[in-house]
Amino acid sequence: MSIPTQANVLVIGGGNAGLCAAIAAQEAGAQVILLELSDKQERGGNSKHTRNLRLMHDAPTETLDNSYSAKEYLDDLLKVTQGNMDQPLTEFMIEQSATLLPWLKRMGIHFQPSLSGTLSLSNTNAFFLGGGKALINAQYLTAERIGVKIFYHSEVTSINIEDGVFKSASVTNRGFKQTITAESVIFASGGFQANKAWMKEIWGSVAENFIIRGTPFNQGTVLKSLLAQNVESVATPEQCHAVAIDARSPQYDGGIVTRIDCISFSIVVNKNGKRFYDEGEDFWPKRYAIWGRLVAQQPDQIAYSIIDSQVTEQFMPPVFPSIQANSIEELAQLIDIEPSVLINTVNQYNNALESDKKTSQYNPKILDQCSTQGLEPEKSNWALPINKPPYYVYPLRPGITFTYLGVKVNNKAQVMMNDGTASKNMYAAGEIMAGNILGQGYCAGTGMTIGAVFGRIAGEETACQFQQ
Amino acid sequence: MSVPTIEIVDITNNNTQSSALVEAERMANICNACRYCEGFCAVFPAITQRRNFNEHDLEYLANLCHNCGACYHACQYAPPHEFSINLPQTLAELRAETYQKYAWPVKLGSLFHRNGLMVAISVVLAMILLMSGLLLFQDSTPVFAEHLGEGAFYQVISHQAMVALAGTSFGFSIIALFVSFIKFCRANSITLAHVFSNNVLVKASYAAGTLKYLDGGNGQGCHTKDESFSNKRRYFHHAMAWGFVLCFLATSVATLFEYTLDIMSPFPVISLPVILGSLGGLGLIVGPLGLLWLKMITDPKIMSIKHLGMDYAFLLLLLFISITGFLLLGFRSTSAMGMLLIIHLGFVFGLFLVLPYSKFVHALYRFVALLKFYHEQEATKNKLNSSRYIANK
Repeated sequence: MSIPTQANVLVIGGGNAGLCAAIAAQEAGAQVILLELSDKQERGGNSKHTRNLRLMHDAPTETLDNSYSAKEYLDDLLKVTQGNMDQPLTEFMIEQSATLLPWLKRMGIHFQPSLSGTLSLSNTNAFFLGGGKALINAQYLTAERIGVKIFYHSEVTSINIEDGVFKSASVTNRGFKQTITAESVIFASGGFQANKAWMKEIWGSVAENFIIRGTPFNQGTVLKSLLAQNVESVATPEQCHAVAIDARSPQYDGGIVTRIDCISFSIVVNKNGKRFYDEGEDFWPKRYAIWGRLVAQQPDQIAYSIIDSQVTEQFMPPVFPSIQANSIEELAQLIDIEPSVLINTVNQYNNALESDKKTSQYNPKILDQCSTQGLEPEKSNWALPINKPPYYVYPLRPGITFTYLGVKVNNKAQVMMNDGTASKNMYAAGEIMAGNILGQGYCAGTGMTIGAVFGRIAGEETACQFQQ
Repeated sequence: MSVPTIEIVDITNNNTQSSALVEAERMANICNACRYCEGFCAVFPAITQRRNFNEHDLEYLANLCHNCGACYHACQYAPPHEFSINLPQTLAELRAETYQKYAWPVKLGSLFHRNGLMVAISVVLAMILLMSGLLLFQDSTPVFAEHLGEGAFYQVISHQAMVALAGTSFGFSIIALFVSFIKFCRANSITLAHVFSNNVLVKASYAAGTLKYLDGGNGQGCHTKDESFSNKRRYFHHAMAWGFVLCFLATSVATLFEYTLDIMSPFPVISLPVILGSLGGLGLIVGPLGLLWLKMITDPKIMSIKHLGMDYAFLLLLLFISITGFLLLGFRSTSAMGMLLIIHLGFVFGLFLVLPYSKFVHALYRFVALLKFYHEQEATKNKLNSSRYIANK
């Protein structure tokens, strides 16, 4: 089936944001076409790797504990972004998030209590039963049922804009080129992290060693086309959600299992055998999002998390087996670090630990202040000696989740132009506009909230226009 | 960039591991690092209780799995992803291997494992031929005559012959099933003390009786042809399983009537054995037909295709027992009764004989797996890492 050349609303991108937009627009009476770059098996962009979204709520729900006020939510986001955000827009998103749960449930999305290993999120984040791909499946089924026309293998190569008004999109569908016109368009096509050439323009050769945690389809083609046509941008190009993941992960789509959760119980060294950051600064869920950048700053963008046999059961099991050795020397050889340097680093660390009495206070559930003294850098919590063989190491690389450079929007999800006016018929939702909320840093579950809130608004707004 | 590989650690030092076992171990390790499917069923909370998986662990997981397909459709690592995770299919293959491994005697299990449908048909035909042979070559055969009133069936086949055939086939079946059950309990280190503590028996029975883990985690059911959910399989299975129970009850009540009240079959239409049997018989038509239909439309990607013969054989046996039972009920006052009785009994005795090697054994093994599941959940309830899903359910 070829794609119709005309629609009321054209949605570009078939992840959570695009589907929320398409469903909202279709339900409001528009005839919607949704274009997805991948095939059916790989649809859903990065959403298929997610598992929850962050929701404001005044009272416990079936699956969320206690409450999470707008102020707490905003404070959490201000902390991670260091104020680098559109605050009124963020406050608006937080208010909107409180109404998402019933709306998403109507799409057939089921929720469950927070997963094992994620207890710290039970207050703030609603978990999808079965994770993000189950959510995506439910959204596609709903969209198809209500009449959204979905086309896979459809790449939007450029956007035709005249005086801030969307005219048409050039599309390649299964190799055939065509043009689609629509009264309104919603961009939900994600960031550009999978576009290695673009990443290298920004990061240089460093980007060669980045692993992309999600979809290979986020090439940023639509984003690039928009930014070249007087659309106002947000966030700087090097900002992204980056975590430290197992260096042996697949180049794309490694998803959640590639995470390494033992960093706060370990020491982390670079390829020169030197420590470079306080591994025990805070609880891991509050620190995981800074470690991608930390590893990216190391020579050859590689680091090694080293533990001994005392702590092997205290973190979620990683997907790849650890590299094991019975001495630090042997371990150093396995990971190609000069043995004398690594032995020295470990000795210095062990010698800087406070008294045995302090060590006995070790408790992974609290900030135990079991720390080093006089070491550079210090380790402030969970510092146990590394002296009980066998020793284990997990190699780390920067894992890029998504880039923040995007298009500026207002609280109707309308795309803003460089002259400060809002485009009449262009809207954006999801990662392509996440930089409005997240100028830097990351807070678990925010990406999916951004997608759902702005996707729904964009869909409803386009339909309002269409009805007029 | 190094090539991503998942190393298989051979925990059991057993070089004869099946490919299903090796694959199941590889996948369980990936699932344990992911855990997104934790809310679907018992398999994933059971996975999170472990950090590595030996042969018995994997057999246990295989028998906890209902093959509902939820984890396949929700899996970010399903093909074409290079991790190529397909837990339902892999566990289905491993499950079929456990049916063979724990069968008693093992040789008979292997025979059925390879060619379930043919073996089942052959056994039924053999039973029918045996009875026909014995009866048709008598001088004045009672098979084609009309027999009415109490004891009519026994004018075709003598009471002693019927008891001997039923007793032998059923007795054999019970012994073989019991041996298998004990073997599987031992492999899973399940003891009577486990079963009778912390309401483990009650919880496992409830989960088995309600097919709790076919509900998709939130009542939405399971998958057949695509990523949509439906409760059809659960309902059809209920019809079949409870139909089976009612028919078993009908037979028990009938036996009781004959031995204690001295009332001989056939019983009147309005009598406890016939009512129970008819209700059960309806379940045994609706259930197997529905399940056969679902098997035909289910995405072959999540099934163990080479073991489907085993499934079909069991469903068809149940279906034909019910159909021949109703035919016998309908035509019992005509001269067709004799032959219908022989055919019906052929199916019944045939089922008894193949029962320990048929799909029926999944009821035993899954029940043992559920006992183990609830025992483990209780044992670790208060420990770190215990599943909140179970605690909150």
